[in-house]
Amino acid sequence: MSHHTWIWIAILASAALAWGIKYAGHSVPEHWLANPRVHRIAGYITVSMLAALFAVQAFTTRGALVLDSRVAAVGVAVVLLWRRAPFWLVVLAAALTAALLRWAGLP
Amino acid sequence: MRLNSPARQQAVSVAIATGAYGVSFGALSIAAGLDVWQTMALSLLVFTGGSQFAFIGVIGAGGAPLAAIVTSTFLGVRNGFYGVALAPVMRPLAGARRVWAAQVTIDESTAVALAQPADDVAARRQGFWWTGVGVFITWNLFTIVGAALGTAIGDPSRWGLDAAAAAAFLALLWPRLAARHTQLVALVSALVALALTPVLPAGMPILAAAVVAVIAGWRAPRAGERVPE
Repeated sequence: MSHHTWIWIAILASAALAWGIKYAGHSVPEHWLANPRVHRIAGYITVSMLAALFAVQAFTTRGALVLDSRVAAVGVAVVLLWRRAPFWLVVLAAALTAALLRWAGLP
Repeated sequence: MRLNSPARQQAVSVAIATGAYGVSFGALSIAAGLDVWQTMALSLLVFTGGSQFAFIGVIGAGGAPLAAIVTSTFLGVRNGFYGVALAPVMRPLAGARRVWAAQVTIDESTAVALAQPADDVAARRQGFWWTGVGVFITWNLFTIVGAALGTAIGDPSRWGLDAAAAAAFLALLWPRLAARHTQLVALVSALVALALTPVLPAGMPILAAAVVAVIAGWRAPRAGERVPE
């Protein structure tokens, strides 16, 4: 099968799993998920994976560690998040920063 | 449309604000190499922002479709706990209503529902449905706008879209970093993922970072320590 077809399969599988988890939450007896350890791990999983996704997206290119215009863009994003800017502004400012630096000839 | 209750007003403002970043998702999904139909399918069917960004992040980095499935599913685990947290508000939920309630059980609908007074079940329910359905509508509409923009602009890195994707993950992470211990978990997870990137196939370093979460959550928190939701 082509890569394109595999992506479609992955989308449908992810959708089924995402919905299945949500549906299970509305269906299971409440005491089943009361275990505090399970709760803590679930909370940390979200943080761990978002942090890992951020790091890989910001500082790697095709399997290699890379420091380029994205570093400055992340700096701008941090300042804006610190000042409680809305999501769209943070994302837009990061894109503009990297685009301007690359337009000026930086990697 | 009558906006005569705090729950409805909050729902509408959250739907507009959250929907607006559907534009970033749509554009970044195209930049990651997905087509417009795949991008729309993710927003319609997966409908949980963190998982969708994770999916396109793994695919965009050249990761295997299976790694994208596992990463996006791990990020959706918290939605299961939202259903449990909402049980006193939402149950009993019969048949088709439960199917649809599940689809719109996300960070935002849960937060607005639980932000209503604890003794006002009707307001909590209204907050859940209005926010869930509201975000579903805006998120999907703005995804199409973003995908159209993404298709129009060509080479994504020239426009800084790789940096935009990094900023999007950081912005999703940021509100969860209030506690010192959580900041440490985030830092270690990021370092583990970076250290493993040169030696593992794309997508796997992100899954490996989940081990940090299991270690962090295993032991009981010390007095006064806050655990992320």
